[in-house]
Amino acid sequence: MPRKIHVNDIIKTVEELCIKACVVVPCDIRRFMEGAVEKEEGLGKQILQDMLKNQDIAIADNLPICQDTGMVVVFVTIGQDVQIEGGSLGDAINQGVRDGYEKGLLRKSVVADPINRVNTKDNTPAVIHYNIVEGDGFHITVSPKGFGSENMSRLKMLVPSDGIEGVKKFIIETVVAADANACPPIVVGVGVGGSFEKSAIMAKEALMKPLDAHHPDPFWHNIEKELLAEINNLGIGPAGLGGRLTAMAVHINTYATHIAGLPLAVNIGCHVNRHEEASL
Amino acid sequence: MEIFTPLTTDAIKGLKAGQMVHITGHIYTARDAAHGRLIELLEAGRPMPFDFDGNIVFYAGPAPTPEGAACGSIGPTTAGRMDLYAPTLIKQGLKAMIGKGLRNDKVVAAIKDYDGVYFVGVGGVAALMSKCVTHVEVVAFDDLGTEAIRRLTVEKMPVIVAIDSEGRNVYER
Repeated sequence: MPRKIHVNDIIKTVEELCIKACVVVPCDIRRFMEGAVEKEEGLGKQILQDMLKNQDIAIADNLPICQDTGMVVVFVTIGQDVQIEGGSLGDAINQGVRDGYEKGLLRKSVVADPINRVNTKDNTPAVIHYNIVEGDGFHITVSPKGFGSENMSRLKMLVPSDGIEGVKKFIIETVVAADANACPPIVVGVGVGGSFEKSAIMAKEALMKPLDAHHPDPFWHNIEKELLAEINNLGIGPAGLGGRLTAMAVHINTYATHIAGLPLAVNIGCHVNRHEEASL
Repeated sequence: MEIFTPLTTDAIKGLKAGQMVHITGHIYTARDAAHGRLIELLEAGRPMPFDFDGNIVFYAGPAPTPEGAACGSIGPTTAGRMDLYAPTLIKQGLKAMIGKGLRNDKVVAAIKDYDGVYFVGVGGVAALMSKCVTHVEVVAFDDLGTEAIRRLTVEKMPVIVAIDSEGRNVYER
């Protein structure tokens, strides 16, 4: 017998996740910033203090942390023994986004066509990624992605001879080019391998990890640590106005790839790197 | 230091890159879509929806306003996307801009040539910044929603001088 999940539960869950993600900063980022403020000085310190103050006001007054409440990216991991009842899963997710952005007084930032650019006025459609697994679980992650940082993200099809040095160089170049535009201190999500689109999706998934997560392979974990140290030596600092803290984490995801290829995607998350998740 | 709008040329010339200032007075929001419309109006020889002289454009689109508040969360968007339009508006008399991030050489040159100034706010501290706004009024392009041009009345809104009238740049590290 399949496990049944009604679309109404999905709509309500997505609505709540959208609002919470836009108002309440993830607790690991909050803790990280509280620690970082002690190590920063001058203008950088003042900006981190303002970021913390802003997080407090957002919660106290139920306001979005940032006016750019993003385009909603959703990751759904659904067990193959789950049956959705009452409607379609995609429609339910979009209804949840619609309800969340209306009730939460979140900014509607989505246009229906990339050239004709008429606002859809309800922040739909969301970008939805489905992952089908064994069992009867249902897990959903909602990430309202702001485009200050999204616009500074990049993808390049490297070639095998570029090797690890080529990978590191492109990641650093991307962070340097992003500078203040990406709203540092940033989180750097990286996808290496797979195909063109697989690398991009892995980079986005990397932004959903807890700040203290790391790649299971010690080789890649060391690369993450090395890149983080190098980025924090760039001096970009909070809001790009100089300082010690430019990135809070570098997360790398990897996948098998083709003998001819070395796809590499770098997705940048801003200093709130919004994401919330729930299981049904 | 507190500065008041409309900005005089003397007041602008007194500002130095890296300095923090607090703005009191009226500022006008305009971002991507509104800039496109302003350029269309100019090309058609039509008047601007507000007087540029001494005024400040804020690259921003606010979140909806909660009941009982003056303004929803608001903060600067990436200024570089307006680089294509900014020199034209500066030549029309626009004196100051508020955004975040770097500007291109043409914008820096226009700021120098026309005694302008570019301020930056901290991106993503929008709940905090909304507390400096005491009144909001749509002045043009209401159909653009958050991208409409709004006149904000602000009190001591904190910004940093990023490019001053002599072309000095806070981002040059």
